[in-house]
Amino acid sequence: MQEHDMSWVRTEMALAQPAPASVRGMGAWVRTNLIGSVGDAILTIIGIALVAMILPQVINWAFINAQWTGPDRSVCATVAQGGIQSDGWSGACWAFVNAKFGQFMFGTYPIEERWRPILVAILFVALLVPMLIPRVPRKGLNAILLFLVLPIVSFVLLVGGMFGLPHVETSRWGGLLVTLSLSFVGIAVSLPLGVVLALGRRSKMPIVKMLCIIFIETVRGIPLITVLFFVSVMLPLFLPAGVSFDKYLRALIGVSLFAAAYMAEVIRGGLQAIPKGQYEGADSLGLGYWQKMGLIVLPQALKLVIPGIVNTFIGMFKDTSLVIIISMFDLLGIVKQNFSDPNWATPQTARSGLIFAAVVFWLFCFGMSRYSMYTERRLDTGHKR
Amino acid sequence: MASQEILREEPSRGSFVNDPKVRSLFFQALVVVLLVAGVWWIAQNVIANLTRLHIASGFGFLKGRAGFDISERAIAYSSDSTYGRAILVGLINTIIVAVVGIITATIIGFIVGIGRLSQNWLIRKICTVYVEVFRNIPPLLVIFFWYSGVLAVLPPPRDSINLPFSSFLNQRGFYFPRAVWGDGSWLIFVALLVGIAMAWFVARKARQRQMATGQQFPVFWTSTALIVGLPLLAYALSGFPLSFDYPKQSTFNLTGGFQVSPEFLSLYLALSCYTAAFIAEIVRAGIRGVSKGQTEAAAALGLRSGSILRLVVVPQAMRIVIPPLTSQYLNLTKNSSLAIAIGYPDLTATAGTVLNQTGQAVEGVLIMMAVYLALSLVTSAVMNVVNARMALVER
Repeated sequence: MQEHDMSWVRTEMALAQPAPASVRGMGAWVRTNLIGSVGDAILTIIGIALVAMILPQVINWAFINAQWTGPDRSVCATVAQGGIQSDGWSGACWAFVNAKFGQFMFGTYPIEERWRPILVAILFVALLVPMLIPRVPRKGLNAILLFLVLPIVSFVLLVGGMFGLPHVETSRWGGLLVTLSLSFVGIAVSLPLGVVLALGRRSKMPIVKMLCIIFIETVRGIPLITVLFFVSVMLPLFLPAGVSFDKYLRALIGVSLFAAAYMAEVIRGGLQAIPKGQYEGADSLGLGYWQKMGLIVLPQALKLVIPGIVNTFIGMFKDTSLVIIISMFDLLGIVKQNFSDPNWATPQTARSGLIFAAVVFWLFCFGMSRYSMYTERRLDTGHKR
Repeated sequence: MASQEILREEPSRGSFVNDPKVRSLFFQALVVVLLVAGVWWIAQNVIANLTRLHIASGFGFLKGRAGFDISERAIAYSSDSTYGRAILVGLINTIIVAVVGIITATIIGFIVGIGRLSQNWLIRKICTVYVEVFRNIPPLLVIFFWYSGVLAVLPPPRDSINLPFSSFLNQRGFYFPRAVWGDGSWLIFVALLVGIAMAWFVARKARQRQMATGQQFPVFWTSTALIVGLPLLAYALSGFPLSFDYPKQSTFNLTGGFQVSPEFLSLYLALSCYTAAFIAEIVRAGIRGVSKGQTEAAAALGLRSGSILRLVVVPQAMRIVIPPLTSQYLNLTKNSSLAIAIGYPDLTATAGTVLNQTGQAVEGVLIMMAVYLALSLVTSAVMNVVNARMALVER
């Protein structure tokens, strides 16, 4: 019987076969990702041509031909333009950025007082970094220091006029200092204001609701420039004769109000996404309105809309560049103002300065968006539907 | 109904202060009082300030002589025209740049957005770089870059860059041949309209036939033939009335042709590039929002990849895409006000000039706000109609 048994049971595992050549290695990757079909191959060729056309030029311009240091425009101009470069030279004029770096950072803030904005920047980074890293403890204290103490300290340091610090007028502020301070204060003001407006828009009191809707929809319907026009031209008319606002403060009001309207809509989206049961649950526990909102609804709602909030922050950070319209000089404004410096006027100056500004803006915005993606993943507790 | 009313009026709330109804009434009354007081205070200040500055309020100033020139105008305007007309010229310029920009941004945005989902690694990466670069820098910077970084350093007119179709590019802008419509050219437009109408009719009939019999009809080619062929036929029949005014090199400048100013060009290019990055993300999210089962089911039915995209994926993606797309269109329209930074005479720029010349700050800002609100409302109304047609018809 035994010898006629046809059944056979394998006792040891078969040796693993290597994956077929068509699905592994460089060749397969190229086949699936670059030349999957005729159309794909054509696209790849066009893409390679495009990159080959642009990239060497960009690298040449930005690094190889670039001038990094120099006393004045001659290093960045060709002989025909009154410089020292041979004809047909084209390269970035980083010497311009180098020479104007202090201005790009601080505007015309007095040079002997520039330690003050630098100190503020150091404090800001020292408080912000532990705030952003989830593992660092004492978030509450950190938040108080960052959002309550730091603004006061910064105000004293930057404006001066007390504790023996000489007064520096805000008209002398400029560059990245204005960009960052405007957006930081704007963020700190617009988020709570946005929460209040969003709650107002969902309120059961018809008059409050209507006022919030009118404010939000009007501001969202007009460009920021119009809002800035409004605060810079009409605000002085609204106040009694003789009372006037600082231009910086006006810009701050305009930017914050503008961002608050957008923030309100983002937060309203979050509020609407919270199931009714949460509201009712809070009511049944006997919580009052502010307890219900502050302890139950808002923590969940804000968590849901973190991407939207950060997008609004990014938008606001970019929008601060518009204060140039009411003749304040943020980073972009001061770069543009320096184009007209006859010492540095060459065909390459504008490009170089603008690309420098673009890189700075890009780093901040990209950093914010990446951090928001990280937070979103971290806080994702599986409630996504 | 009646019993509910009775239940609601039951006064078992305890203290009068804790009654939500009373509280709500009290807070609303408080808000109204504060608001009225604030408005009254502001109005008093405005009146006092205006009398102090000797400015008459009201919109009468719109009839005054403007006295400033506007470089780009679609309608007749001179410095003798009224302030009202100056603002109108600005409004038309805003609409022109917004419409052209929206069309271009949509095209670039769809290409880049679909490119980001491509099978092709290289294309995917190029599109990602495009989106990440433009999303993270301010639009004003892009405008300046085109204006001072690219267009301002082009060669002067006598060394203009020659482009195909006898168009030229130089410091003063972009020149291309201008069409001169001769006698009888109205026939071409009529033919074009007839072509479009017939194409629409053919598409409708073909659809009905396909629904009834399953037979397909080459709608695309027929429509193209109708829309292109009929005007060409009319062109030939009416004796070739169309001629071109070519830009010509003279000693210092180009004469003739149609000139697009560098201001318009940089604003248009910057707004298109910038908004396209956002539209690309919206399109990508829309297409990814269509579940994979739809694509697979379509493939199982034997549709080719082009047809899957056109008949199954895109119609469903559009439902997700349209609402955020609308807000991007609104953003582009609002961002066109950045024109003021480079001197393109759009609404904000002309109204700003009027405001500065007359001192009519309140009226000027009110006009600006009203017009932008109206533009926003019109754009969202149009997009709502499109959205309603696209929306899922649930049974």
